[in-house]
Amino acid sequence: MRYSIFSLIRQAFRGHAGWEPAWRDPAPQSEYDVIIVGGGGHGLATAYYLAKVHGITRVAVVERSWIGSGNAGRNTTIIRSNYGLPGNTAFYEWSMKLWEGLEQDLNYNAMVSQRGVINLYHSDAQRDAYARRGNAMRLHGVDAELLNRAQAREMLPFFDYENARFPIQGGLLQRRGGTARHDAVAWGYARGADRLGVDIIQNCEVTGFLIDSGHVRGIVTTRGVIRAAKVGLAVAGNTSRVAAMVGLDLPMESHVLQAFVSEGIKPLIDTVMTFGAGHFYISQSDKGGLVFGGDLDGYNSYAQRGNLPAVEDVLEAGMAVWPGLGRIRYLRQWGGLMDMSMDGSPIIDRTPVAGLYLDCGWCYGGFKATPASGWCFAHLIARDESHPVAAAYRLDRFATGHLIDEKGQGAQPNLH
Amino acid sequence: MRIDCPYCGERGSEEFSYLGDADTLMARPDADRPDAAAAFHAYVYLRDNPAGRHRELWYHGAGCHSWLVVTRDTRTHAITVVISAAAPRAAGGRG
Ligand SMILES: Cc1cc2nc3c(=O)[nH]c(=O)nc-3n(C[C@H](O)[C@H](O)[C@H](O)COP(=O)(O)OP(=O)(O)OC[C@H]3O[C@@H](n4cnc5c(N)ncnc54)[C@H](O)[C@@H]3O)c2cc1C
Ligand SMILES: [Zn+2]
Repeated sequence: MRYSIFSLIRQAFRGHAGWEPAWRDPAPQSEYDVIIVGGGGHGLATAYYLAKVHGITRVAVVERSWIGSGNAGRNTTIIRSNYGLPGNTAFYEWSMKLWEGLEQDLNYNAMVSQRGVINLYHSDAQRDAYARRGNAMRLHGVDAELLNRAQAREMLPFFDYENARFPIQGGLLQRRGGTARHDAVAWGYARGADRLGVDIIQNCEVTGFLIDSGHVRGIVTTRGVIRAAKVGLAVAGNTSRVAAMVGLDLPMESHVLQAFVSEGIKPLIDTVMTFGAGHFYISQSDKGGLVFGGDLDGYNSYAQRGNLPAVEDVLEAGMAVWPGLGRIRYLRQWGGLMDMSMDGSPIIDRTPVAGLYLDCGWCYGGFKATPASGWCFAHLIARDESHPVAAAYRLDRFATGHLIDEKGQGAQPNLH
Repeated sequence: MRIDCPYCGERGSEEFSYLGDADTLMARPDADRPDAAAAFHAYVYLRDNPAGRHRELWYHGAGCHSWLVVTRDTRTHAITVVISAAAPRAAGGRG
């Protein structure tokens, strides 16, 4: 069923009784051309583009829980392409371009909202660093504007500009950045993939792999064996666990990141702001809640929940830049498992096992990457060669020294 | 999360800084071994990253300034053993 104003009116007159499920609930078949493990945004987008761009439709997405139950449905929904290093800039900009056409392509309202993303700077040195990043972006055809203090103040009037320790001097603005509805992105890709023939198999956990003379032949799951000559892993925070089933040690740690939502209030902030003197970022959802977050908790975790020191740290940073926040009650918080790579950048590559492909290392920035990750992972799986904008995301870059370390932190995942 | 420092007693985890996998980080390879490049790649970048028991290095920066080896379950955050890193280090690790 195509969604449109007409289908909406028709259903309104029928008491909305005629809507069909957005995707089927098939039992696994015994064999597919490609299996994607992980029904988050990346896995679903990969399946969609495999079918749509490469014509490979005998595809299954195998998800141990329900689709979008991982980070796809836990993130703070920020999309942007303000990356400064070669290897990243073109990839994230391709993702932004896909976001701009996503809803028409999927015939699904993903609530993509290009409300702008402002990174505030608080010192001359930080301004220079942001100017350099903005220039790198513009050289790649990405939009970037350096705002002075007055311009920032016009967009974000209620912040603490007089703060003696962290005075706000201005910001780097990407107007095309913004937010999207995270669940709807997973659902939209799922529906799109399903309509092209992809089987989305939920409540099906992968517990092992069939490997024969160095080549993957299929997967072992809680719902039986499923065969395929090509298997793609898109399991985010669980990548090390799944990769361990084939004996792969990866340059990765799993960490917990928390997010927070306040009570619903009237429209207050109409852009996305990141504080430059501590780790804090905030935007407002269409329901009215302020959505915010900050640093990782900082230790390896598979618990999908964090601890109070990180909560205190995030709220302190928030209060430093926006004292008025103290008058608003915060309503709920949760955690997700971050696949923190050793240089803070992702991996989209083959593995030493033939036919087994890897899409991981998204750290806490993988939501914005969802469309391009799906596009490039599908390209890699279908053609067995890297897509040009993802060519730097190699697994062997840690051995060859071609790291992509935006923050310059070195091999310390909890600092990226 | 509270860490029972052998010198200071039980303290909130916010007093400590986290470094990572103790078994990897305390076994720095010998730079003279013939496969040193591969060994250092593994030492610097590769991690088991287990879901379950994990021995890890924490530094008590807001306390006694010791390095500790904490055994913790990464699925529940439950801590079972905390010892000083000095003993395992003296016993063969190169720190
Ligand atoms: C609190 C928080 C805030 C964030 N904020 C942002 C943000 O503002 N902007 C941004 O760009 N990014 C953000 N991120 C990061 C982003 O959410 C992730 O990088 C991205 O969602 C990861 O890709 P995914 O959607 O495919 O992952 P997931 O949705 O986690 O998908 C992985 C799936 O694999 C499944 N799986 C795991 N093991 C198995 C198995 N053995 N068998 C079968 N299935 C399995 C899981 O159940 C899961 O559904 C945030 C993350 C968190 C947690
Ligand atoms: Zn101590």
